Amino acid sequence: MKNQNKKLSVLFLAFFTAMAIFSGCLNDNKIDQINTEMQSIQSDGKYTEIAVEQPPFSIGIFPCSDCHSLIEPNPARRELVEMHDDIDEIFHHDSENRWCLDCHDTNSRDSLKLASGKLLDFKESYKLCGQCHGNKLRDWKVGVHGKRTGNWNGEKEYLLCVHCHDPHAPKFKELMPEPPPVRQEDIH
Amino acid sequence: MKKDNSRRSFLKNISLASFSALALAGCNMKEIDEFLQKNFRVLSEKEKTDIIRSLEEKYKEKYDKEFHVSAKPAMEGVLFGYALDLSKCIGCRKCVYACSEENNQSREPQIQWIQVLQMEKEKGIDFAHSNIHYNPEKVPEEGYFYVPVQCQQCENPPCVKVCPVKATWKEPDGITVVDYNWCIGCRYCMAACPYGARHFNWGEPNVPAEEINTNMHYLGNRPRMKGVVEKCTFCIQRSREGKYPACVEICPVGARKFGNLLDPNSEIRYILENKRVLVLKQELNTQPKFYYFFGV
Repeated sequence: MKNQNKKLSVLFLAFFTAMAIFSGCLNDNKIDQINTEMQSIQSDGKYTEIAVEQPPFSIGIFPCSDCHSLIEPNPARRELVEMHDDIDEIFHHDSENRWCLDCHDTNSRDSLKLASGKLLDFKESYKLCGQCHGNKLRDWKVGVHGKRTGNWNGEKEYLLCVHCHDPHAPKFKELMPEPPPVRQEDIH
Repeated sequence: MKKDNSRRSFLKNISLASFSALALAGCNMKEIDEFLQKNFRVLSEKEKTDIIRSLEEKYKEKYDKEFHVSAKPAMEGVLFGYALDLSKCIGCRKCVYACSEENNQSREPQIQWIQVLQMEKEKGIDFAHSNIHYNPEKVPEEGYFYVPVQCQQCENPPCVKVCPVKATWKEPDGITVVDYNWCIGCRYCMAACPYGARHFNWGEPNVPAEEINTNMHYLGNRPRMKGVVEKCTFCIQRSREGKYPACVEICPVGARKFGNLLDPNSEIRYILENKRVLVLKQELNTQPKFYYFFGV
């Protein structure tokens, strides 16, 4: 069993590396039909997983370079006042130690960046989250953390971390519950 | 004229009388056929097809919509399992209503296959002090956690054992189903179920025509009658087509997981092998295929 697990994990590793290399060369027609820009996080012939939605940008905010190409980058950590002060206000994600340019790149404004300095597309933001939340990323990849929809034995759709967790304030927001059931004594 | 009081004439008269009563009661042939219909498990393919066609016609007449009623059998090599992440559920009850809509549960009188139990974190899993009528502005509430309960699809189902007419049974893919036409409404199964997962149609079930789900399975979400028992079937009309059940798809926190227990690569197997898992009322040896786990 242990051996099998090892084999499996090696297979998985090989598979993810392959995916990383070949991402963008995805030839599955079905996926192309749904969204040519979406990429698969897992595909072993039997299971295919595709993103359901684009990253949830606030309206009119992307690409960031629209504004930032005209502004001299200021790498000094500071309180934001004229723009993005709304984000500054809600920012609650290890705010003591982190700020914008730990995840957003100073020069390539339309990319995210990993701690290593490697640039990252917004569609792959889960890799950025996974730098700290490795166990969550592992569970998410196998469909245990987060939500999967579609087919239990076939094509599945996934949501990015940021669809449920605001990256600037990741705690899941409270919801209004649906009405409670009718009480037995109120059934006539 | 001499009065004939013989046993023979009594039997003759009573059969005549009952036949004419039947005719006078306005029973058409279809209703008689339905009344005399055999248990689903002994029906031939042809009989199934005929019954389904006549059901589709009947529903069309009643709701003025096209219906698809399936009798698709279990897939080979599939045993369904379900897992629910107790560390994620926030008690929003979205699953309860998605289930009701998908499975055509009576709205009035209300029947709901999923009950969400609110429990105190201090007490742990404690059915006696749980509350299903919680209704705050926002969930989750501080100090509480939530345990949604529906049919646990037991491997050793007590409800099946007690049915005196074999109107309920466990299918090869592990789903316990009810033949509503065969159910006599004795409710023994409800008494036997330790999870309160079976529900009785005390009144004529009522689903508004505009809300009825026309994609049906004979053993699942087809309209029920007054006087029969119903329960969760893991959305048999969806799961046998490869789809996730409605409660899995609606859950806003992704707490609900579903898949094939016999497939070592399924999410459900990953959970069983890697997470801390529990079943409800394990001491009763019902062997649920509905697992609760802690995802954190």
